[in-house]
Amino acid sequence: MPFDLLVLACIAYVAILFAVAFAVERRTAAADGAGPPRWLRSPVVYTLSLSVYCTAWTFYGAVGYAVRSGLEFLTIYLGPTLVFLGWWILLRKLVRIAKTHRITSIADLVSSRFGKSPLIGVVVTLICVTASTPYIALQLQSVSLSFAVFASDTPAGWHLDRPAQTAMWVAAGLAIFTILFGTRNLDANEQHHGVVTAIAVEAVVKLLALLAVGAFVVWGLAGGVADVLDRIAASPVAGWELKPDRWTGLIFCAAAAIITLPRMFQVLVVENADERHLAVASWAFPAYLLLMSLFVVPIAVVGLERLPAGTNPDLFVLALPLAEGQGTLAMLAFLGGFSAATSMVIMEAIALATMLSNHVAMPLWLSLPRRGAEAGDLRRIVLVARRVAIAAVMALGYSYYAMASGTAGLAAIGLIAFVGVAQILPAMLGGIFWRGATRAGALAGLTIGFSVWLWTLYLPSFGEGTVIPAAVFAEGPFGAGWLRPRALFGVGGMDPLIHALFWSLAANAGAFVAVSLITFPGPLERVQGAAFVNVFAEGEAARGWSAGGAGAEELLVMAQRILGEDAALAFFRDAAAAQGKAGWLPDITPAFLDALERRLSGSVGAATAHAMLVQITGGATVSVEDLMAVANETAQIMEYSARLEAREAELTRTARQLREANDKLTQLSVQKDAFLSQISHELRTPMTSIRAFSEILRDGELPPAMTVRYAGIIHDEAVRLTRLLDDLLDLSVLENGTVQLAIRTARLSDLIDRALTAAAATRPERRFSVQRDPEAEDFEVTSDTDRLAQVFINVISNARKYCDADDPALRIAVRRQGGQVTVDFIDNGSGIPAESQGLIFEKFARLTDETRAGGAGLGLAICREIMQNLGGGIAYLPGRGGAAFRVSFPQVLKAGDRAA
Amino acid sequence: MTTLGGAPFVAPAAYRHRRLIDAARILPFAGFLLLMLPLAWEPPAGALRDTAGDTVYLFALWALLIAAAAALAPGLSRPPSEGQGRDG
Repeated sequence: MPFDLLVLACIAYVAILFAVAFAVERRTAAADGAGPPRWLRSPVVYTLSLSVYCTAWTFYGAVGYAVRSGLEFLTIYLGPTLVFLGWWILLRKLVRIAKTHRITSIADLVSSRFGKSPLIGVVVTLICVTASTPYIALQLQSVSLSFAVFASDTPAGWHLDRPAQTAMWVAAGLAIFTILFGTRNLDANEQHHGVVTAIAVEAVVKLLALLAVGAFVVWGLAGGVADVLDRIAASPVAGWELKPDRWTGLIFCAAAAIITLPRMFQVLVVENADERHLAVASWAFPAYLLLMSLFVVPIAVVGLERLPAGTNPDLFVLALPLAEGQGTLAMLAFLGGFSAATSMVIMEAIALATMLSNHVAMPLWLSLPRRGAEAGDLRRIVLVARRVAIAAVMALGYSYYAMASGTAGLAAIGLIAFVGVAQILPAMLGGIFWRGATRAGALAGLTIGFSVWLWTLYLPSFGEGTVIPAAVFAEGPFGAGWLRPRALFGVGGMDPLIHALFWSLAANAGAFVAVSLITFPGPLERVQGAAFVNVFAEGEAARGWSAGGAGAEELLVMAQRILGEDAALAFFRDAAAAQGKAGWLPDITPAFLDALERRLSGSVGAATAHAMLVQITGGATVSVEDLMAVANETAQIMEYSARLEAREAELTRTARQLREANDKLTQLSVQKDAFLSQISHELRTPMTSIRAFSEILRDGELPPAMTVRYAGIIHDEAVRLTRLLDDLLDLSVLENGTVQLAIRTARLSDLIDRALTAAAATRPERRFSVQRDPEAEDFEVTSDTDRLAQVFINVISNARKYCDADDPALRIAVRRQGGQVTVDFIDNGSGIPAESQGLIFEKFARLTDETRAGGAGLGLAICREIMQNLGGGIAYLPGRGGAAFRVSFPQVLKAGDRAA
Repeated sequence: MTTLGGAPFVAPAAYRHRRLIDAARILPFAGFLLLMLPLAWEPPAGALRDTAGDTVYLFALWALLIAAAAALAPGLSRPPSEGQGRDG
């Protein structure tokens, strides 16, 4: 393969990328505020752009990894698969937070969560740059190595004597591309549609290239799937050892890296156009990873069989088709590797440049004396800062490559970077799931984790004796053996990578949690913490501003410097319109300051945006007292509504009581009418017979026997009338409370004896068994004993009259408690139906037909009145097996006990 | 109407959606456990690991997890209120 052709292919490929990115940017610009074209916002482009995860390390390095460690290379893809399967738990929340708060990078996310702390932004940026520089160097190395493969293949042709030169050209070319398309605009949300589309194209190229090489190996060189499986079983790869610590640790490490790698955070969270794309990516991206890994083992196995010993296994993908004389396939593989390397470098550079400009350059610029508040287009400064940052990142990567080229296996550098960025994980997860996480805690965790990573993994990766002297590896710094980089605290038996992963994350998470627990967060941290953790909760979050201390015009001037004149004016006008004001300048309310800050942070990051607003408003940020006041207000509203509720319940209760009283009154009126008609009826019946018989007697001429009989009837009826009138009189006296009580003392058992004897006259033909407890009755009561006996007689007579049992029995149970006596009369009949229980104490209430009762129906009404006069009561006890009446009264009646 | 977070009893469609979310939450943990399974496969004494078998198992499991995620994804990205009319 001639070198010129190779270079030409590269240039043509890059030209296509430029064209794609350029065309998309133009389409987006032409769409005029309507955003990029629809197909660009499709989940397919989003998923493909995620493939920046698969760098040259995947494309070339996975095969080398498989040769060295068998199936362990799968962990790098299984970890992210798990994260995407669980997108509902974590990724969805990350994307929602980033959208709500206009997050521009992972450093912005962490710094914004912890009170928009500039310091945390700097620390996270530092970690990212430190971890990513060798990773970028790795990509440059892979490109120059792949050039070298072609060179060594043609001994007669050209010879690549300075691989570093290739790398330099590549780095320079990528810097130009990234600067052109990565810093075109400083728009909200930091989305780069042109670059993302170019990345998506590269994703397709590298997938097709790897699949083509894989298919060639499986069906061209080997004899199909079954044959490949046989060869796997027979090859040296089959001797791999599955180490539980590495298997688990690497899956975890890769899972952490997929969200904390700066470029992954950029494409996954910042460039996400629609939350629903995550749902598609949740299975499509793992599927992409599966396809990328599918042919790795076959290529490794066949490569080991066919290529001469000593061939770098990291380049089997390229060397194998070349050795088999498949020039076109080799070219495709080369382009695949090239695109894997370039897409990673471009995205990483954009992400790092955003962080560097927002968290390092801008704060520095603003802190320059009398510079920050002066007029001038800040956008230009930000863009220049970004361009310089991109160039610097590339230069760093290139110098690292030039310094340490070809020292370690490709995979080793990748994993070192993974462990490095994983240090952001505790602060990030703690920040979005735990409201108690504080700025100090995050800072402590990040610093300690970063330091342990540097000491145990990063610096040792340069080799013993380069950065850290060999003596330190053996005996620790200054003879402190417990600080040996590969055996921290004497733990020497672990795999070095797992050792570093374990200690750095343990120290990181431990410090983060411990310091968070003992420190107290500032007001802004608390506001942000609540907003991040409860991002899905509806309702308005607490504000980060308490009052507007700035003029609207000043703010507009500043916004114009960052957003551009038109965008800033439109934003202010919309805000004014939303407040119901005409013109350009809205009232400076806390809500407006919040919205403006969010808008600005989409361009320069939350920490910088906040710092700029503070500069202008004079630090009118929210205080703990403000937060408490808001909380108090809420609490007061809740208390007020609770009081309202209680009052409403009270009103309902009163209304019910009133309704009951009304019902009772209506009933009483009906009863009074009934009473009158009842009494007329009761009086009329005996009067009628008296009148009839007295008329017969007046007419005379009757036999004496008849005269006697009729006179007897008249007498009986007169007696009945008298008794009725007596009862009525009695009742009215009792009801008026004018009755004279004759207070005497008597034994209760005597009273009951008397009542039983008297009541025996009622239905004397019935045999009635009475159960009593003589001991319980044996005490004296002081009351109107005659009246009390009258009540007893009435109740017992009723039992005799109405108890419908075949073998009637009456139980009399007496109880004394605290000066109150209760006497229960319980028979074994069928009792009184529930609906009638309320009626029996009313006048003229008779449940059965009149003839059987034989009374006027005043008995129980009188009893009730008597008992009230005696300071007690009589009640019907439901559920006692038969009719049961409870008579209760004070053992000693005093003047005050009498019911009014 | 049933999108209230605290509602203890919801319509069948919303109930389905909640169980779908449960499944989506469980899936990564189930996947992790299954990925740990090869750790328990001791090769017989003296013999090498069954690398071909491991390869087939891991890729089959991977494909299965992807299929499960693909089955859950459409239901999850649709808000529950939309599904109510359809299968209420």
